[in-house]
Amino acid sequence: MEKIGILEGREKQVYEKKGDSAAIDIKCETTSLSGSVSQRACVFCGSRVVLYPVADALHVVHGPIGCAAYTWDIRGAVSSGPELHRLSFSTDLKEMDVIYGGEKKLHQSLTELIAQYQPKAAFIYSTCIIGLIGDDIDAVCKKVSQETGIPVLPVHSEGFKGTKKDGYKAACDSLMKLVGTGSTEGIGKYSINILGEFNLAGEAWIIKKYYEEMGIEVVATMTGDGRVDDIRRSHGASLNIVQCSGSMVKLAKMMEEKYGIPYLRVSYFGIEDMSMALYDVAKHFSDNPTILDAAKKLVNREVSELYPRLQHFRQALEGKKAAIYVGGAFKAFSLIKALNSVGMSVVLAGSQTGNKDDYEGLKEMCEEGTVIVDDSNPVELSKFVLEKEADLLIGGVKERPIAYKLGIGFCDHNHERKIPLAGFVGMYNFILEVYNSVMSPVWQFAPRKGGLS
Amino acid sequence: MKTAKTATQNACKLCNPLGACLAFRGIEKCVPFLHGSQGCATYIRRYLISHFKEPIDIASSNFNEDTAVFGGSHNLKLGLKNVTQQYRPEVIGLATTCLSETIGDDVDMILKEYVNLFENGEPLPNGEPLPVMIHASTPSYQGSHIDGFHAAMKATVAKLAEEGPKKNLLNIFPNMVSPADLRHMKEILKDFNIPFVLLPDYSETLDGGPWAEYHRIPKGGTPVSTIKETGMASGSIEFSSVLNTEKSPAGYLEKTFAVPRYQMPMPIGIKQSDAFFGLLEKLSEKPLPEKYEDERRRLVDAYADGHKYIFEKKAIVYGEEDLVVAMAAFLREIGIVPVLCASGGKSGLLKKRLQELIPDLDEAGIKVRDGVDFVDIEDEAKVLKPDLLIGNSKGYTMSRKHNIPFIRIGFPIHDRFGGQRQLHLGYRGTQELFDRIVNTVIAEKQSSSPIGYTYM
Repeated sequence: MEKIGILEGREKQVYEKKGDSAAIDIKCETTSLSGSVSQRACVFCGSRVVLYPVADALHVVHGPIGCAAYTWDIRGAVSSGPELHRLSFSTDLKEMDVIYGGEKKLHQSLTELIAQYQPKAAFIYSTCIIGLIGDDIDAVCKKVSQETGIPVLPVHSEGFKGTKKDGYKAACDSLMKLVGTGSTEGIGKYSINILGEFNLAGEAWIIKKYYEEMGIEVVATMTGDGRVDDIRRSHGASLNIVQCSGSMVKLAKMMEEKYGIPYLRVSYFGIEDMSMALYDVAKHFSDNPTILDAAKKLVNREVSELYPRLQHFRQALEGKKAAIYVGGAFKAFSLIKALNSVGMSVVLAGSQTGNKDDYEGLKEMCEEGTVIVDDSNPVELSKFVLEKEADLLIGGVKERPIAYKLGIGFCDHNHERKIPLAGFVGMYNFILEVYNSVMSPVWQFAPRKGGLS
Repeated sequence: MKTAKTATQNACKLCNPLGACLAFRGIEKCVPFLHGSQGCATYIRRYLISHFKEPIDIASSNFNEDTAVFGGSHNLKLGLKNVTQQYRPEVIGLATTCLSETIGDDVDMILKEYVNLFENGEPLPNGEPLPVMIHASTPSYQGSHIDGFHAAMKATVAKLAEEGPKKNLLNIFPNMVSPADLRHMKEILKDFNIPFVLLPDYSETLDGGPWAEYHRIPKGGTPVSTIKETGMASGSIEFSSVLNTEKSPAGYLEKTFAVPRYQMPMPIGIKQSDAFFGLLEKLSEKPLPEKYEDERRRLVDAYADGHKYIFEKKAIVYGEEDLVVAMAAFLREIGIVPVLCASGGKSGLLKKRLQELIPDLDEAGIKVRDGVDFVDIEDEAKVLKPDLLIGNSKGYTMSRKHNIPFIRIGFPIHDRFGGQRQLHLGYRGTQELFDRIVNTVIAEKQSSSPIGYTYM
């Protein structure tokens, strides 16, 4: 097999756990190397994924058509009511707009769209070109807001101005402008906001139900099945719980600073982390022991139902090897635990946007020989899944064909998924997804298993 | 009706660079490279992968704020070097974006400087000769994906085609069709025994077999050596009726090397396929191979067997203008009225070309609209109440909302399996389309029937 090297300039973003090697010194939180075919997207993508699920807001992409077209109805973020978020709106800038500026077109587009769709708020996303032609979108938003009486919020998400993480920040900045503008009347003491949960395949509903069963009031989910009015009053909650910490911990920090609301970082993937997410919240409200009792009861019930159902899979999956390449490193922690719980080991763990602490944590959790990568690319991912003889790759749409071409099972753990993978029921679905792919008889025809290439 | 007219809502088009990346994928050992933000490459990869189900690596010069202020020269050169080192391509298909075009990067000059670096002693990546670099200008604020597709292929022949004594060689510019269509084209030309260059040819690169190891660049595609010969060909067939000479690769070859250009609609339907096969008979001076006579006979027979189910059914057809023109003409010849022919593209020629193929366009009440989005199409659908909706996956929402039976063709097909293997062209492709259309109508009747017969 042809030897595949790591690109010059990327060596420091790849680490292999060997012996009791010293602290991991991985290079991360940097822009992608030019020409490296990164799996990352851009600032705009970061903002778009965070805000997308706000279902009663108008989302207008200010720029040429591509950015809006490629993000039309692409996520599995579902709504229990309005579905305005599933439509795609673009100012569709043309050459003349680029020369003479797009402010007028933006103003007119917004005025017409707000009149037609009657949204509760509007998010206006800047794309690359806006950063160059100098449209003052803040001024346009302010004007339209005055004219229409709804919040019209600029999102400074010019694609080239940083990485996807900067897009998360821009989204949080916009959300923060909504937070605190609604009435907190009627919100009780035992109340939370769920942050960084996007209701893919209805996951936020699963989580919300758990907390409600514990006697906790959920004020707002941000942004899954999101509503503008809920976000506006979310500063009335006593606690923020933050999943997918990369994307929304910034908002939690801002809310802590401004409104004194503490936050907890949680994950809803896998039995261990899901249970912890409930217990941690219960412990926060320790003055009310019935909450912890309810949490214990809930976890006990769910786990005793789930555990026996997982044993069938464990028998089949024991000893299989997995590779994980996801957006945020925090999710990788949960996935490693979840895979270990059915006897699988992890041979590759990587993320698009992890930081030093994340990678240190991954190193601690992983076994000897595990490769840890930051901002990887198809060539590297293929090299490692083959070298490490992985049976499974977990990733998103762009990683899927790599796995299938090479005859490796795959599980989609990204925004497009249509199956809930969070919560106890999600753990079952996740392992079922893994099982359905890893155990399929079709791999017998794959060249790496002796089939013809 | 749509009151918000200024914004584009649910676009019925994609951006210029997507088409260029797709077309570049049809050149052998070529890596598409976007000069712009990381997001452009990633979004386009994701969009293409969801249709083709194949790894699609597109490099990016990955602009940052400094690049935007000081120009993309440094990033582009570094990116070219890195992609050469990692992928060992023979060709880099470079397409620009709104970002690099707006800051005014002179890409040709940067490429010249890049080549000079190595001429002045900088060691070559991998110690190998530099790949051929093809540059297409594809700002996303101009046109749509189909313009990028043609721009990439025009830039390719402009870069590679060479002058020389005329050969017995036919160039085929098939337009944006499926890998199955490309395979079918190759089969037809082989059966006619005509030496040919098909450009682009992503039949294998975007619909290939399993791999024992990772292929940086999948096998297949039109080799550079044969693209060079396009300038010596005896003719070019181009499946397009709206592409003007200036933007057309076949137009370029005609103007530069006097290679005759035969422009024709995509061969969908009996009449258009007859025209195509007729031209092949003329150019090859060989009769239609028996195999295709048989296919045509079966198709005529099928038309007879199925005609009644579909007669005077109303259809809305949308997509790239050339696809719409060919589909509408085909629908007309089987008795369906394409009550709305719609495209997000806007060449200005859509109505004219449709009129040439459907002389009774106005009398039949056929509406033609270019530059539209899906909300426009949906508004028309509310009034026109069609029996069928024909186009890419993105019409699904409308079909579901208004209960219009839906036939998926073209690109993208994101909500069904096997879009890359769907055939549209020739008698065989027409047969597949005809069977699907008839069956859609029959299925609709069967499922809405209170009795549900098990025979037709």
